[in-house]
Amino acid sequence: MRFSVLGSKDKHTKLESFEEHGVSIFADENTRVVVQGITGREGQFHTRNCIAYGTQVVAGVTPGKAGQKMDEVPVFNTVKDAVEKTGANCSLIFVPPAFAADAIMEAADAGIELIVTITEGIPVLDMLKVKNYLDHKPARLIGPNCPGIISPGRTKVGIMPAPIHKPGGPIGVISRSGTLTYEVVNQLTLQGIGQTTCIGIGGDPINGTDFIDCLEAFEKDPETRGVVLVGEIGGTAEEQAAEFISQNFSKAVVGFISGLTAPPGRRMGHAGAIISGRSGTAQAKIEAMQAGGIHVCRDLGTFGEFCAEVFK
Amino acid sequence: MKIHEYQAKALFRKYGVPIPEGGVAFSAEEAVEVAETLGGYPVVVKAQIHAGGRGKGGGVKLAPSAEQVQKAAQAIMGMNLVTPQTGPEGRRVRKILVEQGLNIAKELYLSVIPDRATAKIVVMASAAGGMDIEEVAAQTPEKIIKVFINPLLGIQPYHGREVAFGLNLAPALIKPFTSMLKNLYQLFVDYDCSLVEINPLVITAEDTVVALDAKINFDDNGLFRHPDVREYRDLDEEDPLEIEASEFNLNYINLDGNVGNMVNGAGLAMATMDIIKQAGAEPANFLDVGGGASAEMVENGFRIILSDQNVKGILINIFGGILRCDVLAEGVVQAAKKTGINVPVVVRMEGTNIEEGRRILAESGLNLITATDLKDAARKVAGLVGG
Repeated sequence: MRFSVLGSKDKHTKLESFEEHGVSIFADENTRVVVQGITGREGQFHTRNCIAYGTQVVAGVTPGKAGQKMDEVPVFNTVKDAVEKTGANCSLIFVPPAFAADAIMEAADAGIELIVTITEGIPVLDMLKVKNYLDHKPARLIGPNCPGIISPGRTKVGIMPAPIHKPGGPIGVISRSGTLTYEVVNQLTLQGIGQTTCIGIGGDPINGTDFIDCLEAFEKDPETRGVVLVGEIGGTAEEQAAEFISQNFSKAVVGFISGLTAPPGRRMGHAGAIISGRSGTAQAKIEAMQAGGIHVCRDLGTFGEFCAEVFK
Repeated sequence: MKIHEYQAKALFRKYGVPIPEGGVAFSAEEAVEVAETLGGYPVVVKAQIHAGGRGKGGGVKLAPSAEQVQKAAQAIMGMNLVTPQTGPEGRRVRKILVEQGLNIAKELYLSVIPDRATAKIVVMASAAGGMDIEEVAAQTPEKIIKVFINPLLGIQPYHGREVAFGLNLAPALIKPFTSMLKNLYQLFVDYDCSLVEINPLVITAEDTVVALDAKINFDDNGLFRHPDVREYRDLDEEDPLEIEASEFNLNYINLDGNVGNMVNGAGLAMATMDIIKQAGAEPANFLDVGGGASAEMVENGFRIILSDQNVKGILINIFGGILRCDVLAEGVVQAAKKTGINVPVVVRMEGTNIEEGRRILAESGLNLITATDLKDAARKVAGLVGG
């Protein structure tokens, strides 16, 4: 028997269930995906890749296009309709930035449990509202501005290149970046180290699921024996994660921080990657991670070997 | 996006946040004309650049007469103003703000910013105005008042009272202050600001509250809904190469080093800069060509890197996901053929369509150095620039 291991940030409103041999968090092969923005160029391209990987994409939403199909996937006007007709419990969002906040709230309101938002460029003020709105909903948001989530060999709800991943665990990956995650995952795979679940939490200053949410879920996942945490300049999420790890996390953690050479006050591509005054520097994050007992890898060129040593 | 003080004050005026009487001038003569309309001396002449600490660099002068205005404006206009925030190269002053002088009784600090950790909008205030707020926060955090506002609810009267009483304002000032704060918050949310800061906010001898300085930064992601703010953009304050890159939707930041680099994805781009440094060289830029870059974008990125005279070598690091290696390779070959490459180029590619990408580069006849992995790439490029 299998259950979706949809972790909940509010244990009072949602039951957490475990499969006896679960090797993933948040999403698995039973996850039923509705793609919001399925008929757009990116929506189509990545929907096809997800389906090819084995993901159950059961519906799409594009307002005004109900009744059409994207390949074999039925399209609905609203997420509510898609949930009612197909039993979708996870949404993958490719809606343009101006309309993305609305799309996230629509998904949450329709009872979607896991909302994966790929969209980059959502206004911060919109995300502040979304985040406070979701406080009162059981839905978990991943992203925005992220590559999504993959549980290798089971499901892919995102845009990451699938072949670089290795199914079977035992390592979980959490990252604020996209291609840097691919680099890290690829090096793990080349060392023969598989992954349970890889989650891109996104490069925006305001995001849904954070490092600590993922760590809590990985701590409970019996197949995950260690975690890779990839951070970058800006904010204090890494410092908070390090504090959490020192108190509440029993598995080995390898950390990496990008942006040691980034100048202060400049937004380094990601909206959230900015050193503000004295806050958010790579050096401070590395020191906090080391103080929290995280094995910090300073050289991305030998990341795979470093992990092989720590996780052996 | 950043704007000038005089532009921020125009928004303050629109929202009923009290500011000193004044106007912007583009020459010493204009500065005197503005001063004459202000109803008396002294006036203050302030350099307008996108950096703080202007007073320390000699960019703010008090002028007790029209003659002195002329003199101060002449000294400031066109000067290369160096402040702790401009870096040693400084900024050329092209406009000045002339304002009435105030009888200052007290200086306060006030700002509105989004708080990442709590996802709330935070109002920060301190009675230690006119000082570096980070310094205050580090030395005496108890002197900073923070009020967190749920953006779904917006600012409430009690928020304003909390700040006003926290600042120990005189009873007569509570109402004007809270009303001003409410307006400031409204400006913040209406305009997708990422920072609204008044340092100092002054209490005058006549018991009024006035924003002596004004700083507003905007969330770039929100600019699409504010065409009037986009008009405020001042290209003189930006790096010419960065302006060009922005026209092609490229994320480019010009730095001081000699190794140009082009990467897909911001996190990997930063990590690539770091690894260049670790290999003993210095990155000349940050350039994220993005996940879905076309061959044209790659070509333009390459051309922009090459137009930086400091660049002595280039490292291209692409992890092909959505951006396929063959598309990248096409872009590099096009750019190289059009612009000509006069520095060594090390290419490291991995991921989607890697074989096709390698074939295109190999058959191009270009003198490109391929790297097997990231470490190899950084070593090679650092070695080539003599790092």
